[in-house]
Amino acid sequence: MPQNAEDILDHATLFRQPEYVELFENKKKNFEFGVPADRVQQIVQWTKSVEYKEKNFARDSLTINPAKACQPLGAVFAANGFAKTLSFVHGSQGCVAYYRSHFSRHFKEPTSCVSSSMTEDAAVFGGLNNMVDGLANTLNLYKPEMIAVSTTCMAEVIGDDLNAFIKTAKEKGSLPAEFDVPFAHTPAFVGSHITGYDNALLGIIRHFWDGKADTVPKLERVPNESINFIGGFDGFVVGNIPEVRRIFKLMGVEHTFLCDPSDNWNTPTDGEFRMYDGGTTKKQVEEALNAKATFVFQEFSALKTSKFIGEHGQEVVALNHPMGVTGTDKFLMELARITGKPIPPELERERGRLVDAIADSQAHLHGKKYALYGDPDLMLGLTQFLLELGAEPVHVLSTNGDNDWAAKVQALFDASPFGKGCKVYPKRDLWHMRSLLFTEPVDFLIGNTYGKYLERDTGTPLIRLGFPIFDRHHYHRTPIWGYEGAMRVLVMLLDEYFEALDAKTNDIAKTDYSFDIIR
Amino acid sequence: MSLTLEESKARNKQLIDEVLKAYPEKTAKRRAKHLNTFEEGKSDCNVKSNIKSIPGVMTIRGCAYAGSKGVVWGPIKDMIHISHGPVGCGQYSWASRRNYYIGTTGVDSFGTMQFTSDFQEKDIVFGGDKKLDKIIDEIQELFPLNKGISIQSECPIGLIGDDIEAVSKRKSKQLNNHTIIPVRCEGFRGVSQSLGHHIANDAIRDWVFDKVDPEKNKFESSPYDVAIIGDYNIGGDAWSSRILLEEMGLRVIAQWSGDGTLAELENTPKAKLNVLHCYRSMNYISRHMEEKYGVPWVEYNFFGPSKIEASLREIAGHFDDKIKEGAERVIAKYKALTEAVIAKYRPRLEGKTVMLFVGGLRPRHVIGAYEDLGMNVVGTGYEFGHNDDYQRTTHYVKDGTLIYDDVTGFEFEKFVEKVQPDLVGSGIKEKYVFQKMGVPFRQMHSWDYSGPYHGYDGFGIFARDMDMAINSPVWSLTRAPWKK
Repeated sequence: MPQNAEDILDHATLFRQPEYVELFENKKKNFEFGVPADRVQQIVQWTKSVEYKEKNFARDSLTINPAKACQPLGAVFAANGFAKTLSFVHGSQGCVAYYRSHFSRHFKEPTSCVSSSMTEDAAVFGGLNNMVDGLANTLNLYKPEMIAVSTTCMAEVIGDDLNAFIKTAKEKGSLPAEFDVPFAHTPAFVGSHITGYDNALLGIIRHFWDGKADTVPKLERVPNESINFIGGFDGFVVGNIPEVRRIFKLMGVEHTFLCDPSDNWNTPTDGEFRMYDGGTTKKQVEEALNAKATFVFQEFSALKTSKFIGEHGQEVVALNHPMGVTGTDKFLMELARITGKPIPPELERERGRLVDAIADSQAHLHGKKYALYGDPDLMLGLTQFLLELGAEPVHVLSTNGDNDWAAKVQALFDASPFGKGCKVYPKRDLWHMRSLLFTEPVDFLIGNTYGKYLERDTGTPLIRLGFPIFDRHHYHRTPIWGYEGAMRVLVMLLDEYFEALDAKTNDIAKTDYSFDIIR
Repeated sequence: MSLTLEESKARNKQLIDEVLKAYPEKTAKRRAKHLNTFEEGKSDCNVKSNIKSIPGVMTIRGCAYAGSKGVVWGPIKDMIHISHGPVGCGQYSWASRRNYYIGTTGVDSFGTMQFTSDFQEKDIVFGGDKKLDKIIDEIQELFPLNKGISIQSECPIGLIGDDIEAVSKRKSKQLNNHTIIPVRCEGFRGVSQSLGHHIANDAIRDWVFDKVDPEKNKFESSPYDVAIIGDYNIGGDAWSSRILLEEMGLRVIAQWSGDGTLAELENTPKAKLNVLHCYRSMNYISRHMEEKYGVPWVEYNFFGPSKIEASLREIAGHFDDKIKEGAERVIAKYKALTEAVIAKYRPRLEGKTVMLFVGGLRPRHVIGAYEDLGMNVVGTGYEFGHNDDYQRTTHYVKDGTLIYDDVTGFEFEKFVEKVQPDLVGSGIKEKYVFQKMGVPFRQMHSWDYSGPYHGYDGFGIFARDMDMAINSPVWSLTRAPWKK
């Protein structure tokens, strides 16, 4: 009997017991009518070939295992960064169930968000009634101070007009006329989750700066010395924002985070469920107009927002997920340039410690080959960091990175001797990456949880950075930004390197002479 | 603080009144029909169900696409399921349901892959049929061992007037009658996942059964052939069920749809009996097979020894003495294991209360398993149940159980806050809400990444998991000791 009350076996070992092994064999042999094993092996080998890679790269219609999600996911992320704000997604309700699940699986936290639950009748007549009833219900039940509206593709295809609908809902008494309902159209068939983040963030900022959908006068900018910070769609936001806040404090810079979900996705277990926690307040959004400059930490995550802010009289410093030494240096120097404040000795010391750690360990990473995939800015930051470690980012791939992005990655390659022979792949997916890993193998892969399938198929060890990370816990709680964050990423790279080396040198009486105690 | 029956009924009534007060009047009226207390002797749970969710209330429900791609079709392992439309739906449902299977992924099996047509604006404007045509060619080129392709429609498909049926027919003809199945499971159809199940069932009827080549994939029938219907093999559930059916002398010719293959679907009408676990998602095809092919079907419940035992006998009742003896032999074989599991865990779980909110069959089917461990389910409800589910529930729930259909986030939180159960069993969206409140929780969709929970082997895991949830030392740490 496979099971045993004393030592309960679950799926990880139960099905290896002989009774189950036999069951699998019989099912396969008698009823599956599958492909003969030798034919399967033949195709397995063929998928590793250059010929297969060429066919794979020739496809122009099918997407397989993409590394991107759709716009409204980003919109929900953005809305979650504002105080007492509830995300309201206009369209089909299943989408909202998906966004909430997706975020909860990554952050291991609740994610509140409502839907206007449009069904077939709304597809015919439009979703106005759903908006009117939905806003009233949301306000009554969940008592938000702001409702941030975005759309699923259903509402976009039928052409629902959010501005008009929200106005009507207010006229019909769903909400007080002055209640803040910023909105953004976020069609899933344009861009990706980072586009949705951008649109939703812009929707909120525009609402407060530009007269709340023509209901109040536009705000007048009265410049001050403060700095705005926009982090972009970031799976490590819970760790990263507090790290940036610490840097601002060390620099003595007045600052505002435009979108800060780092509390909402990091609430305590103490007996109380907090539907709203922390986040950027409405007052902060309004005052952000007066800031001296806005730092955008992920340019491709806030293209339209950056343009809008720039047009409102501020300098916008667009960065590409700066990380590591050079990246953080640039961030701090730009901050010093704009604020006129010196970079304090504490940060200089942190920098020195990071360089110290790199110097201690660089020999282990020098010349190691990496494949990486993910959101465009993360790829830029990571590429730069790897290059400064003397590692080679051989394949840099992004499903939602375009040609402009690719040019920026290429510029990083060109600026470093370690970038020679490295290649950038815009608008490609993880099935392309699979071919690359077989035909031009690397030492390590960096990506999100889905990379584990590539690790399994190609044997390339995976280092988890990006979004989503479902199968490792709590990564998002500590930063990857700043010198401290770089230290953590460095340790991750080293850990995987040492684990891989140990695994390759532990064969007793064969390879274990290299199973060194000191590395 | 155990309440008498009358007290708990009164408490429930008060609770329901309280939550309804928070809604605008019109919404309160609509929600009132979905909340009630079960009264012994009634034929259903006295709640309305399978009705549109109310906008803006935070329903837990999903959509028809989730019901078709995510539940029914997705687990068929040797087919490629295209999430047809924008990228998101396929992304969020990618490999998240834990439908276990054995196969070489990307070569002869495709269960944990995400195939999408990744619609762009031009596809919306000009239609996606041409792209779909090309996608099918690309699939054939790169995945030559796939046994078939299904097209899982996302919202835009039905709105822009694409003719995926025509594309499917044309491509199938071009590709030597390769199985290509259009599924009209656009997310806006129906009120929940439920219609997606139905649409997916109908697609099997119309595009698999009605097109099957009788000369293909033949096997010698036996008098003991059964098919497992409505088991998605989450964490291996169908395997720990199949083993019992085989041990009692039956021959399982197909699994629907966990670890299933197209050939298994095609051959199912040859079964002598269909055994149906998830009634909600697959009663449609079971009824169809009964009408068209004369295959009877029987519902069963493989959660917890009491229900397993009854189910094994019920299934055996459809066969001769050999099988009946087989059922008794299986029951006897696992007796010692079951008793040992109960002896180990029941003392730790006795008298603990549970509130459930799940989909499919679980709001009723798991109640027996809890009771085998001495636990009481004091509240339950269905995400997307119909009235026939609530009728069936009456055989499981006790008098005075709180019933909540399509519960909203607000209601569920308030109910749990007031009822203070020892355990909540629901989904990922609910998990962290209740854990923050200090209430132990198990995901009862994904088995919280554990399982299987079906069968005798699964019951031990179920018991272990409920114990570790409830009796974890973490729950004694939620209040800081300096706080009164």
